[in-house]
This record gives sequence, structure tokens and C-alpha cells, in this order.
Amino acid sequence: MLFDALSLQLGYNATLVTVGAAMLGAAAGAIGAFLYLGKRSLVSDAISHATLPGVALAFMAMAAFGGDGRFLPGLLAGSAISAWIGLACVSLLTSRTRLTVDAAIGAVLSVFFGVGIMLLTVVQSTGTGRQAGLETFLLGSTAGMLWSEAVLIAAGGTAALALALLLRRPATLASFDPEYAAARGVNVRGAEFAVMGLALAITVIGLKVVGLILIVALLIIPAATARFWTNRIGPMFAIAGAAGGAAGYLGSAISATAPALPTGPVIVLAAFALFAVSLLLAPERGVVAALLRHRRYQARVHIRQGLLALAQGQPIYERLTMRLMRRAGLVRPDGVATDAGRAQAAKALIDERRWQILRANPDFEAAAARGDRLAPLESVLTPDQIAELDRALGPEAAR
Amino acid sequence: MTGAEFVAISLPPMLIGTFAALACALPGNFLLLRRQALIGDAISHVVLPGIVVAFLVTGSVAAWPMMIGAGVAAIGSVALIEILRRIGRIEPGAAMGVVFTAMFAGGVLLLEQSDTSSVHLDVEHALYGNLESLVWLDAAGWGSLADPAALAALPPELPRVAIAFAFVLGFTALLWRALALATFDEGFARTLGLPAGALGVALVAVSAVAAVAAFDAVGSIIVIAMFICPPAAARMMTDRLGRQVLWSAGFAVASAILGYTLAGHGPLWLGFGHSVSAAGAIAAVSGLILALAAAFGPCRARAGSPPP
Repeated sequence: MLFDALSLQLGYNATLVTVGAAMLGAAAGAIGAFLYLGKRSLVSDAISHATLPGVALAFMAMAAFGGDGRFLPGLLAGSAISAWIGLACVSLLTSRTRLTVDAAIGAVLSVFFGVGIMLLTVVQSTGTGRQAGLETFLLGSTAGMLWSEAVLIAAGGTAALALALLLRRPATLASFDPEYAAARGVNVRGAEFAVMGLALAITVIGLKVVGLILIVALLIIPAATARFWTNRIGPMFAIAGAAGGAAGYLGSAISATAPALPTGPVIVLAAFALFAVSLLLAPERGVVAALLRHRRYQARVHIRQGLLALAQGQPIYERLTMRLMRRAGLVRPDGVATDAGRAQAAKALIDERRWQILRANPDFEAAAARGDRLAPLESVLTPDQIAELDRALGPEAAR
Repeated sequence: MTGAEFVAISLPPMLIGTFAALACALPGNFLLLRRQALIGDAISHVVLPGIVVAFLVTGSVAAWPMMIGAGVAAIGSVALIEILRRIGRIEPGAAMGVVFTAMFAGGVLLLEQSDTSSVHLDVEHALYGNLESLVWLDAAGWGSLADPAALAALPPELPRVAIAFAFVLGFTALLWRALALATFDEGFARTLGLPAGALGVALVAVSAVAAVAAFDAVGSIIVIAMFICPPAAARMMTDRLGRQVLWSAGFAVASAILGYTLAGHGPLWLGFGHSVSAAGAIAAVSGLILALAAAFGPCRARAGSPPP
């Protein structure tokens, strides 16, 4: 069943929804990368909550004019308008008043959501009997989706992805160095406007699949995932898009296999799984890499301290130090230094003295900043410099 | 509406709404000034997985396990956000977004997977509560307020939010100076020997208590709105912390009472036959107050910017 779903063999609609969700996820991940780099990830939360009044009002308007209130393009248009008003409120509150961005986001999302819920209860109480289904915009639902709706979502997701690709250059410039971008002739305000507009478009397209509470996850989680793997914008854009696309694809395929697996939450959890794996395993920024780095550094400090103790004829009491020294063949199990241990201990002692002089002498400031005290001196200084240090060291080094 | 009807039907929800609003608005002032306003948003989202897990563990929808589950989830999410920020070096807003969406998604999935059809536990309820249903059937009139037998039948949410409000009030009053110092100048607070870090954690914990108690009675929307809107509106009215807190309390009470009244009676005045969601209306009124304050508040401009 799961294999059928993953290989797109669960029927026409399910296939279309899965492809659409993958496109949507890829576009959301890519645009999310720009939001993340601009530290505006949570603006998308305000956008998504602000769609609800528009959905309800559009339903009421369409029903009032005798149409089908559930006509999806109409509902999405309504949601886009009210999300746009919400976005305008956020920027008004932050530019015209003393409120910070986070407070403006919180205020807009809670108030618009409250108004939306109010309007939703109005819709429910007018009781045309056909209002059922507006609640699915809260958490998303692909069950019973019409063919035309699935096409709309797949086409919208693809279009958003294409636009995101087109926007890549100007948005990159604008998010890293607005002044430079402006000097190069890039329309910075236009680029920011376009990024926000695309985030809004993705939110609106994703409403039916992921739901308005969780759609923000697609704009945030893949971008945060990609940040673990790279420090460059191009790869980050690509990885975020791939992670978002994979989450959309996997999530909607898995959710198509059973009725009790709601699409939105499963997609979000798929994205989170990718995030968690990256958090653990990414090179450099990942948790495992950080732990290994810490352990290696710890071992170097312990061995250095042990060698210094050996050189000065002091006993070693630290268990970890003993274990590390034994494993490196520097001491015998009874704590007596081996030949290698004695040689390295003498070297460590001299290096330690050299470091002291190095630190005290401002001539060597640049060299001192290059290595920590544990680094072998040869990697920091040229032989000439070491010889010069040794002159200051005097008879000790000659010995 | 007669006095008896008012006491039985309108008074308890109004009081519950008011206490919930106050309990959230008080810590909200400090969160707003510390630029942690969205913590309230995050907490109110993760309450759902908390109560679902509590239900799965205990098998009951009794209030206390639910509240403990929600509280644990709230504190756990804040800790997780902090861990992601420190270990993963993720930007704070994004860390928050990752944690609360993932936990909320987990909660919804658990809810769908488990057999909760027999009990009243659903996402909509968690989002917008059901303030209107918290009526006091035993009340016969204003006299019932002095009648122990009738008082025993009060909706249990009322004493719970009242206790939560008293707790929040006590915390704020007791640690007022320390909180103010740590909020405005953390470095100075540390040099005075104040545990600024612990105060920050305590503030978030108290916010979680307020959010969970309020959520139990009125749903998440009010929690988010009341954490942010009244303090934000109050911020436009004054430059002094004490006055800001008082203004925010006033705005919170006004939102709760006006919102509830409008939800119950507004549609009838307009000719609709049904009332609308009280939680939504309270949030809407608080937004209206914020909009007015942002347009006309005496201190709305950012310090240093030219007067409008």
C-alpha cells in the first residue's frame, strides 16, 4: 500500500495531490530560505492565520450571490486578500508604532484568527447545509478533493516553484546586502515584496492540503533543515527546496494509505523528521559532529596535561588522562612513562614555555591568535621564529 | 434579561473570560517588552499534544491530568526551542516555528489515530473553546452568590482560572522590581546579583500556567490574543511600566466583557438569529482596541522617531 502510494499508483486524484504537494513543498522550502535568512520566518504565521476571515467572507459572498460557497478558487482569492491585509497590518504596526515585529505578528495572527472564527460561526449558523468543509481549511484535508481542485493545487505549486527559481538572484542580493543590491540596480523593495507575495501565494495554495495552522511549517522547517548543511545561499536554496519537496511527497503519499492519517500533520511531521536527522547528523553544525569535536578537544587537553605532569615528575591521578595516555602508548599501565612518553613530555614542556614567551611578546601577536595553546608550535610558527623564541628561552632550550 | 438569567447564563462566562484575559495579559506585558511575545503563541499551540498525551495516558478527560499534560508540553516546548537555538544555532523565530508546528502536528495525528470519538476532545474545541456553555444552572438570582449550595455548582473552570489569575498576580506583585529590572536591563540586574536567567524561566513558566488555565476555559485564540493585544495597546498609552500594566489590565477586562456581550447580543441587534463565537469576538475586540491605540495612543511613536 505504501509502495503503491509512493510510486503514485493510488489513482488519479491521489497522484495529482501527491505531485502537487511535492511542488508546493519545494516552492515553500525555497521561498522559506529567503524568509529564514531575512529573519522573517514567523511573518508567515501571521499570513496564514490571516487567511481565515477571507475564506469565511468569500464563502458568505459567494453563497449570497447564489453561487456555490465552496468554489475553491473563490475561497482562495478571498483568503489571499485578507492575508494581504494582515501583512499590511504587520508592516503598518512595525513602521508606524513602537511595536516590535514579533508583537505585531502575534497581534495580527490572533485578531484575524479570532475574527475568522467569529465569521465561521456565522457561516455555520446561517445553515445552508452546504457550509460543511470550511473547517477543513484549519487542518487541511485531501479526502474527497475534487479533480479541479487537485489540478489547481498542482498547477499553483508548480507556478510558485518556477517563480521562486526566477526570483533567486534578486532575492539573494536583497536579503544579504540591500545597499549593494540597490547600487547594482536591483529593485530591493520589489524583491522583498515579491518574496512576501510568493510566501502568501504558497500559504493560500497550501490551505486546502496542509491547513492554515500548519502551512507555516513548510515555510520554516525545510529552510532551517537546509541551514545545517551549508553556509552558501545557492545550495541552501536547493536543499531547502528538496527537503520541502520530499516532505510534501512523502507526507501526502503516506497519508493517502490510511484514512486516519491527516495530510497536513503527516507532511509537517515528515519535514520535521528530515530536520531532526539533519540536526543530529549534519557535518560541522550537527549534534554528533559537535560531540565528536568536543571529545577530540577534551582528549587533547587531557593528554597535554598528562605530558606536562610526566615532564615535571608529578603523578597523574586523573583517570581519563591515564586511560588516554595508556591508549596512546605514552605510559605503561603502572603509570611509568614509556620512551615515547618521555620524549613527548619533554617536547610538551618546552612548547609550553615557548607559548608563554610567545603570549608575552607583542611581536608574535598574529601568530598567537592563530593557534590555541595545544597546537603544535611548528604549525603556527616558522623555524626561524621558533629559533628566535628559543633565544629568549635561554639555557633551558639548549639543554 | 432578568437578574436571575444574567447571573445564571452571562455572569460565569464573563467572569471566566475576564480572569483568563487578566491572567494572560499580566505576564504578556513583560513578554512583550522582552521581545518574547510569540512565546504565548507557541505555548498555546503545544497545549494540544499535551492534552492528547494526557488523555492517552490516563484514559480520562478529567481536568487535572489534562492541565498537567498541557503544562508539561508547554514547558517542554520552551526548553526544546532553547535547545534548538543553542545547539542547532537556529534563528529564534525559526526555532519556535519548527517546535510548535511539529508538536501541533504530532498532537493532531495522535488525536486522529486514537479512539477519542467517545469523549469531547477535538481540535476545534482546543482552538476556540466553548465559553458560552459554561453556565451556572443552579443560580436563581443575585442571592445565589451567597448560597453555598448553589456556589458548589459553579462551572469548575471559574475557580480554576480565578486561582490561576491570583497566582499570576501574586507572582507579578512579589517579583515586580526584579522583573522590571531584568526586563529593561538584564546586565544591570545581574550586577545587582539578581538571577536574571532564572527570572526569565520563571516568567515563561508562569505564562504557561496562565495559558493552560485560560486554554482550559476559553481555548487558544483568547490566550494568544490576550498575551499580546492588551499589553501592545497599553504600550501605546504610556512610557511607564506600572501604568502600562494597569492599562493592559483595563483593556483585557474591556475586551472580555465587550467581546462576550457583542458575541451574545450583537448579531441579534443586527437581525441574525444566532450568536457568534465568544472567543473570536473577544479577540476581535482586543484587536479593535489595539487598532485604536495604534492610531491615537499618546505614546505610539517609537522613541527617537520624529513626532507624527
